[in-house]
Amino acid sequence: MRINCPYCGPRPNEEFNVLGDATKTRPDADKATAQDWLDYVYERDNPKGRLEEYWHHASGCRNWLVVKRNTVTHEVYSVVAARDYKKTHPEGVKK
Amino acid sequence: MKYSVFSLLKNTLSGHRNWTPAWREPDPKKHYDVIIVGGGGHGLATAYYLARQHGITNVAVLEKSYIGSGNVGRNTTIIRSNYLLPGNEPFYEWSLKLWEGLEQDFNFNAMVSQRGVINLFHSDPQRDAFARRGNSMRMHGVDAELLDRDRLREMVPYLDFDNGRFPIYGGLLQKRGGTVRHDAVAWGFARGADMAGVDIIQNCEVSGFRFDQGKVVGVETSKGFIGASKVGMAAAGHSGQVAEMAGMRLPIESHVLQAFVSEGLKPYINNVVTFGVGHFYISQSDKGGLVFGGDLDGYNSYAQRGNLPMVEHVVEAGIAMMPGLSRIKVLRSWGGVMDMSMDGSPIIDKTHIDGLYINCGWCYGGFKATPASGWCFAHTIANDAPHELNAAFRLNRFATGDMIDESGNGPTPNLH
Repeated sequence: MRINCPYCGPRPNEEFNVLGDATKTRPDADKATAQDWLDYVYERDNPKGRLEEYWHHASGCRNWLVVKRNTVTHEVYSVVAARDYKKTHPEGVKK
Repeated sequence: MKYSVFSLLKNTLSGHRNWTPAWREPDPKKHYDVIIVGGGGHGLATAYYLARQHGITNVAVLEKSYIGSGNVGRNTTIIRSNYLLPGNEPFYEWSLKLWEGLEQDFNFNAMVSQRGVINLFHSDPQRDAFARRGNSMRMHGVDAELLDRDRLREMVPYLDFDNGRFPIYGGLLQKRGGTVRHDAVAWGFARGADMAGVDIIQNCEVSGFRFDQGKVVGVETSKGFIGASKVGMAAAGHSGQVAEMAGMRLPIESHVLQAFVSEGLKPYINNVVTFGVGHFYISQSDKGGLVFGGDLDGYNSYAQRGNLPMVEHVVEAGIAMMPGLSRIKVLRSWGGVMDMSMDGSPIIDKTHIDGLYINCGWCYGGFKATPASGWCFAHTIANDAPHELNAAFRLNRFATGDMIDESGNGPTPNLH
């Protein structure tokens, strides 16, 4: 699996650390219920197929990226910088 | 047919042409008392113990592929009960006790071999941590021995004791741990369950559940609707997919774990040796191949294959600890899909839906747990309540704060 880092170009996947689901939004600490935190911290959609997740180019430019890829075929559809992803998805992705 | 020296002699005299299949291939009935979704080791063991321990024989195991195609045929065959925490240790010890009597119980040679499991340590603090683990095991009535460097060297002289980065200080030994022939576990439980009246239905994929007034009444499958009073989910890496059909979201991520086998060699490694800090563990199969593995690839995956960087990492770690491996050829590598839970411990519980039960979250420790998982899941289904041994493996423990986190990594499944 090669990740096309927007800063470094195509790099092998062992240069990266994976954090997980990028579509979630951290609950508002003032309003969130225990259930909101449970959903955010512990529960997962764990999709079979398309997934968007945070990858960290730890052994490269150290930028946070959002990688859209397929969990069955390992095909990578797109890689964008996390800060650009946040601009287009300010509230995460509505399910 | 009961397998014995007499059945072997009898079939030898007739040229081994009269052996019958180990289990039937029945068509599904209209209704079962219990349906188990997933014909892996845990599902088959559950059906076996439902029939044998609880007298519930009107049971079907539905497997989307063939028996042994999933993780029960993809693991590295290790059994042990060297856990630290109170919620885990009694369960895994019960599993090891079941392994010790399993072959007699289900009349199948699973090649249970208690050859000892050694965990290496490389510093004084790590020795303290392992001593603590060993003490915890002994307080639970489990065997554990802390080996110093000299005793360890007598047992496993081929290790690189003076490794520059990770010099070996000693090891924690559990003598009763060892290996089991994994395929035979699937076959033995399948045959044992079948003989007790359980229907094992292969190539039958569950596509949905049917509920009536908040209670499960059956499952939709590729072979049509099958009614059931109770349904147990035991789908391992696909637990999230199965639970989603029931509208549930799980504290689970699916990850790929790779394993490897080398060319066959003469007896070389007599025990199971784990090099935890380097993410490497190894044993030798009775056929002679070295069976070894490492850590998760680290990204979510449902593919039963991994990527090459992890192959390189595992082999490097292996050669660092066992330089003699460097000239041995790797024959095969493969991957399995792990149901990684948020605290690294499993879930065996009822769900919020009446008649629906769940068994998942085995991470990469599911094989050793196979008998006790089936035993406890059968108890939970039969009595509609968990057994004392799986009382800590609750589905809602993340809401109540009762996590069982052996490695202390928190909700980062790719690090457990």
